[in-house]
Amino acid sequence: MAELIAKTPCDGLLPITSETVSLTELTPSAITSFMPYKGREKAASTALKKACGMALPGPNEASGTEGARAIWSGRGQCFILDTGVPADLATEGAITDQSDAWAVMQLAGAGAQDVLARLVPVDLRLAAFKPGQTVRTEMQHMMASITRSGDTSFDIMVMRSFAKTAVHDLHEAMKSVAARG
Amino acid sequence: MRIKCPLCGERDRREFYYKGAAIDLARPAPDAGDVAWDDYIHNRENPAGRTKDLWQHEMGCSAWLVVERNTVTHEIYGVELAENVKRGMK
Ligand SMILES: [Zn+2]
Repeated sequence: MAELIAKTPCDGLLPITSETVSLTELTPSAITSFMPYKGREKAASTALKKACGMALPGPNEASGTEGARAIWSGRGQCFILDTGVPADLATEGAITDQSDAWAVMQLAGAGAQDVLARLVPVDLRLAAFKPGQTVRTEMQHMMASITRSGDTSFDIMVMRSFAKTAVHDLHEAMKSVAARG
Repeated sequence: MRIKCPLCGERDRREFYYKGAAIDLARPAPDAGDVAWDDYIHNRENPAGRTKDLWQHEMGCSAWLVVERNTVTHEIYGVELAENVKRGMK
């Protein structure tokens, strides 16, 4: 049988750096979407907290730390990153394995928010977009999930098939910001 | 133009997909008759003034929204989740 080699979505594309801003790939061990069934939101949140250590995040919220994170990802949905979701949570909501479906990147460093300002129609300045906040929005023409993950770092998710385009667009914006000092 | 999504907050127009008159939510019963179905499928008011439209926050939370706005002044009066509007119609 052929030996298959697993490649990450940004294999051969990252990391890149431009002056103070760097773009690196994150490779969460798992990405699972969790969608509580109608009327089960509270029970689902309790069950998730028991199983993975964090409650269901509300709109525009992310919770948890490296090792297990929950990121709100749309109406009635969140993504659980880095930790598996026990199958018995399926009594409270729909669970879908999305581990290979997303390219996950971290844009970090002084000026990261200026890079995003060129690509995203939401105010992501450090003063307006705090750690623990997340948005579903567009980055150029791509659907994206962007989460403020640290002092000057943003975690960006796009569908895996957009990995190369996303890296290209981010790189162009990084160079453009760097050129202006 | 900016639309205030009930879930995401105020967002740029480019994040939204426009569908058309919110009459789509008032689907007639299967046996409602030809006139009701003809109205539902083909006839629209196209008002100069207040109108209720369906929009989807396509690039955001994916929710369908009912946006009440003025086609003359572009004022937006309110935005509701289509889910809640539909529930209120029953
Ligand atoms: Zn929204």
